[in-house]
Amino acid sequence: MTSLQTELNGKSTATLEKPPIIVAKNVEKTYGNGFHVLKGVSLTVNKGEVVVLMGPSGSGKSTFIRTFNGLEPYQKGSIEIDGTPISNGKKGIELVRREVGMVFQQFNLFPHLTVLKNITIGPIKLRGLSKADAEQAAMELLEKVGIAHQAKKYPGQLSGGQQQRVAIARALAMKPKVMLFDEPTSALDPEMVREVLDVMRSLAESGMTMVCVTHEVGFAREVADRIIFLTEGNLIADTTPDQFFNNPKEERLKTFLSQILH
Amino acid sequence: MDEFTLSRTFINLIIATKWTIILSLIAFVGGGLVGALIALMRISSNKLLSRISWLYIEFFQGTPLLLQLFLAFFGFSVVTGINLSPLVAAAIALTAYTSAFLGDIWRGSIQAVPRGQWQAASAIGFGYFDQLRLIILPQAVRLAIAPTVGFLVQVIKGTSLASIIGFTELSRAASLINNVTLQSLLIFGLAGLIYFALCYPLSTWSQQLEKKLAYK
Ligand SMILES: Nc1ncnc2c1ncn2[C@@H]1O[C@H](COP(=O)(O)OP(=O)(O)O)[C@@H](O)[C@H]1O
Ligand SMILES: [Mg+2]
Repeated sequence: MTSLQTELNGKSTATLEKPPIIVAKNVEKTYGNGFHVLKGVSLTVNKGEVVVLMGPSGSGKSTFIRTFNGLEPYQKGSIEIDGTPISNGKKGIELVRREVGMVFQQFNLFPHLTVLKNITIGPIKLRGLSKADAEQAAMELLEKVGIAHQAKKYPGQLSGGQQQRVAIARALAMKPKVMLFDEPTSALDPEMVREVLDVMRSLAESGMTMVCVTHEVGFAREVADRIIFLTEGNLIADTTPDQFFNNPKEERLKTFLSQILH
Repeated sequence: MDEFTLSRTFINLIIATKWTIILSLIAFVGGGLVGALIALMRISSNKLLSRISWLYIEFFQGTPLLLQLFLAFFGFSVVTGINLSPLVAAAIALTAYTSAFLGDIWRGSIQAVPRGQWQAASAIGFGYFDQLRLIILPQAVRLAIAPTVGFLVQVIKGTSLASIIGFTELSRAASLINNVTLQSLLIFGLAGLIYFALCYPLSTWSQQLEKKLAYK
């Protein structure tokens, strides 16, 4: 009886446990000019988790998350996305990239395409959706990010906040397993930061796995499951928002917090 | 008699204009095709391809078109023993010349598209050629129109150099007629008007195209 119970319990915890989506182990990267930007960084992100990545400017945050979809090659260590290794110069990296959505600081919308086409081009060309299906899905996404009425406009006609919300919809249209955000609100005027964070927040609530580089403390406190801290290419903290902000241990982190919390 | 000379002159110039147009079209099409290849090689991550196209561009941009015409016309027959007709020699030289300039213009236009566009396309999952075809080239084309058409106007005028290897296009025809009739001002004035009539529409067309392709 007891043995049966343990067996059942064992099984249920095994199925309840969230599978890892990103597994990065001892990732090391040196830029062409000899700059050692990542010095053996490890990170595991489980399905449905929201991880916020913080660190001083130049600490390697962008470089690190860009290794997750192969935008930055690395020299040592390993990275797997949902079990598929991302390695340098390997054919088929495009297939993994479809599963990893990315939102950039500068939005990087395609200026020659309408908002709607920015969103449908990936699903039509890469996922084989019909134009009608892709457009319907795109309109639903635009509805979610609150700009369905701008679908026929060009990116240049939208505000920064609207452009970034389109960029989020564009990434989501590929139905990725994980979303990467690289300082998505840093290029925005202050009054537009919130509309983008609200979209990210509801995305997190919907269960999306997310890695966000951001210095938005409110967002990190309320939305993040974990906060990790990168400095000079080393990951020196990986903890809960509460521990991170209220009980920081590392000197470097304390200094950083004193700067961003004024 | 005077009127007869004028109409004869005009007809001869028009006939010769046909060859100026044909030679220009050959240079546009040949130069465009080779130029596209040169531009793609130049932006390739393959160092060898990039070097070769760099050398090609530097050579044909760094030497006079006249010399290139001589090389094609005289040099080719010295090396191979085959005599090229003036038309073929002029076509080869103008194609090489045009392709080097267009290749460089187009390389510049492609590289003027922000790197973030490549990265965003790549992050969606597009491979290199899809990134180029769907995202980069449509933006580069808009940047390339004005300098491309500007250069094509140079090519039309450049075809006049083919007269030196004996190809009878508009300039050479004008010069030949002048030798007979000695009405320099009239003949060269007419030839100038014809060149202008060929080039001017190109410039206005390029401005319209630029407006039409502007975003919004
Ligand atoms: N292409 C590159 N070549 C050389 N050094 C680079 C390159 N890109 C970034 N770096 C350097 O690497 C460091 C980390 O950059 P980055 O990952 O962008 O940091 P962060 O996003 O944390 O501000 C910076 O010091 C930056 O100057
Ligand atoms: Mg950064």
